[in-house]
Amino acid sequence: MSLARYRFVLIRPLQLLPVLLGISIITFVLVRSIPGDPARVLLGARSTPDAIAKIRAQFALDEPIWVQYLYFLKNLLNGDLGKSLLYKVDALPLIAGRIEPTVLLVLGSVLLALLIAVPLATLAARHKGGWADNLIRLFTTAGLGLPAFWLGLMLILLFSVHWGLFPVSGYGRTWADKLHHLVLPCLTIALALSAVLVRNLRASILLELQADHVTAARARGLGEGAILRRHVLPNAMLPTINLLAVNIGWLISGTVVIESLFSLPGVGQLLVRGIFTRDYMVVQGVAMVLACATVAVNFIADVVTTALDPRVTIQ
Amino acid sequence: MSQSPALALRWRLAWHLGNGRLALYCGLAIVLGWCLLALCAPWIAPFDPLAQNADLRLAAPSLGHPFGTDNFGRDILSRVIWGARIDLQMALIGVIFPFLLGTCIGAVSGYVGGLLDNICMRLVDIVLAFPFLVLMLAIMAILGPGLGSFYIAMALVGWVSYARLIRSQILVLKQGDFALAARSLGFSHRRVLFGHLLPNALFGSVVFCMSDAVLVLLNGAAVSYLGLGVQPPTPEWGTMVAEGQSFITSAWWICTFPGLAVVTLAMGFSLLADGVAELLGDRT
Amino acid sequence: MSPALLQVRELSVIARAGQRDITLVDRLSFDLGQGEILGLVGESGSGKTLACRGLMRLLPSPNLRLEGQAVRLAGNDLLRLDKAGMRRMRGRELGMIFQNPSSHLDPLMRIGAQIAEGIRLHQGASRREARAEAIEVLRQVGIPDPKTRVDSYPHEFSGGMRQRAMIAVALGCNPKVLIADEPTTALDVTVQAQILRLLLELRDRRGLSMILISHDLGVVAQTCDSIAVMYAGRLCEHGAKQALLSQPRHPYSAGLLACHPATRRHAGLMNTIAGQPPLLDALPAGCRFEPRCPQATPDCRAQLPELRVIAPGHRLACHTPLLAGGLS
Repeated sequence: MSLARYRFVLIRPLQLLPVLLGISIITFVLVRSIPGDPARVLLGARSTPDAIAKIRAQFALDEPIWVQYLYFLKNLLNGDLGKSLLYKVDALPLIAGRIEPTVLLVLGSVLLALLIAVPLATLAARHKGGWADNLIRLFTTAGLGLPAFWLGLMLILLFSVHWGLFPVSGYGRTWADKLHHLVLPCLTIALALSAVLVRNLRASILLELQADHVTAARARGLGEGAILRRHVLPNAMLPTINLLAVNIGWLISGTVVIESLFSLPGVGQLLVRGIFTRDYMVVQGVAMVLACATVAVNFIADVVTTALDPRVTIQ
Repeated sequence: MSQSPALALRWRLAWHLGNGRLALYCGLAIVLGWCLLALCAPWIAPFDPLAQNADLRLAAPSLGHPFGTDNFGRDILSRVIWGARIDLQMALIGVIFPFLLGTCIGAVSGYVGGLLDNICMRLVDIVLAFPFLVLMLAIMAILGPGLGSFYIAMALVGWVSYARLIRSQILVLKQGDFALAARSLGFSHRRVLFGHLLPNALFGSVVFCMSDAVLVLLNGAAVSYLGLGVQPPTPEWGTMVAEGQSFITSAWWICTFPGLAVVTLAMGFSLLADGVAELLGDRT
Repeated sequence: MSPALLQVRELSVIARAGQRDITLVDRLSFDLGQGEILGLVGESGSGKTLACRGLMRLLPSPNLRLEGQAVRLAGNDLLRLDKAGMRRMRGRELGMIFQNPSSHLDPLMRIGAQIAEGIRLHQGASRREARAEAIEVLRQVGIPDPKTRVDSYPHEFSGGMRQRAMIAVALGCNPKVLIADEPTTALDVTVQAQILRLLLELRDRRGLSMILISHDLGVVAQTCDSIAVMYAGRLCEHGAKQALLSQPRHPYSAGLLACHPATRRHAGLMNTIAGQPPLLDALPAGCRFEPRCPQATPDCRAQLPELRVIAPGHRLACHTPLLAGGLS
């Protein structure tokens, strides 16, 4: 009975195939629309005729464009995203090696954002219209307009330069060191993200506080704290989880900027460096990997929602 | 309670209107204030934003230079005021292009329906699968750095939200009585769509424009911060923050003040959006 | 007669609207005996639900406030208790079930957990004891196969079963008085009868006292021992079921009875009471039913009739009562 609700886990990946195909088409078109001879573009300025001939053969550059795409797709399925111009290695392993900081950054930010947003939203909803509510409203309005790169710099100014608590930039070797380096980047994204979350969560907590089942819980003599913990928050968190999934693209966009700011060796930093060094294979690979990650996260969010809400059945 | 719903409604309305008005006026004041500064930059700014002064490198804020000077001895206050021109322009044009593109695609897609609609919506899905900034950066990587590339990338990525909004509106309105009436009067499809349906469908996306302006502004500043947007020495807030980053330990003012400028303008836009949304939300 | 279990004295619910107060429930007084089922009848907006929310001190808006002399239950005056004290009364002494079981059950929590929550809170039971008790309560309210249903979610129940589950949640706290706010309105007619039978059964088995709020005289007639009729926030007649149904003295009670299909004397069009109830922010100075009353006299317009005892256990608020012996 309840397992049937998870049937979409098997079907959904098939339905997502067109989107994944579309992602590959867009990235393919992007790189091919660079003006100039594709072989020269891919190999950079100092290309030898030998290398150009090799690339021409590998990507079937003399064939019509749709055949080229099929070759591109074939390489893709073999896990071949091309070679990085700058690093002289295959793009895929290069990207894979950069994933850890990015994933940690995203997870840490979401966790921190929830830790900030849930108490604030609860406080605001409990004292709706009071000074705490207005103060928090001000925080969210300001938070929505904060440029992440500037917020990060201000945090560096305060926590690193002034108090010397956290390193200014870079990434560590040991786990403790890595986490130490990740605190400020995560806090930066979390502050911006929590502004979005607080607004939403406050509204859904207010809605839930008025909900009939909460009145019924009060009528059973439950205290406000228990009602909040057991009945209001679980129900109010469901839309918030959805919101997180919707915002994953925005979140990943944030990591691109923040990784550059804090010199974190993540995927986003690779992308920005790739753009400046005209390392198109890397740019193309990163764009594709991050798009697939977005799609995957949305899929995971559906699974999580199904697990948390017994009413949900996704077709 | 059910006893006097009309009364309760009136109360809620009053509370909302009051709140909406306040946000609206604050937002309007901030945005208009920046517009005024931008327009009057040549007369208001105390110094030439590009004039370097070797004697006054990295000077802390003082009476003569309230926001201090940067590593070339340029006056930060003047640069912030001149930067308003670029950043306001970025927010404005960065919203208009996606709005126009998205509205056209969404309207036609929703009105025509069928295969075209299907293709458009799949395209929307695919664009939405990309993280916003990642796709933008990828496009700008090809077009090369600059404000023009930013506008093009913004349009190519940002149209999807507008297309979705407009399409859903058109789908509803298409079934409405006056669309049928207009068709039965023999009006052409073009006239029905652009003359009758679209004006009614635009409402929601105009409100969305306001909150989108915040996003566009932040994106523009971020792209410039990364070094792909506005190029130095043109005064632009994101670029200025990037320039100040190297001096963060010794001269905090270089990146602090341009950042504050972004924050206030973005806040102005979001207050404006909140106010308009709340006002219109209760009217309709 | 033994002293009443629940004594309500002059309970008012007042709404603050701008600068002035609007009285939504006006000085409601009644007694409820052990094992008695009182039917609170009136059209929507007459204040019956609000009065019971007031008893629980769970008013739906911060703009509403309670006033009154006393609400005595189990040696306590509910109006004088502090917040924590009142919370201890809710559930344990005074339980409540609602009209719409779907929305009054937490959709994310298993039924058993919702029942166990009250059991653990009020009886200090362990997790395992509470679960066993929850299964027992589910059995008592007539849920088939309670051992497996205890782990179901509310949306997996049918409407009638959901209402039974909600009753079980309230019963888990083992209250002395159960307030049932239109418990059958949202249900099919056949299921309605089952739920009413269940309530009667619970009264017999547990000695539960109940206040049954309903706009449906048929429901009240099937279930209650006494009936209280409310109109525009005021009690207009209160008496034993038999007396009130066979010989209503208030013209409004008589009108309600005449409207009910089962008690309708003549075939043909259904009777209605002409006019609309008054707006509570623009009440007439005299009797609130006066504008619609066929019996009205100038006296009725001038003076608000107070509730008086006209016979043992029968109270009435009317200047021109109908004669004992039937409709005039």
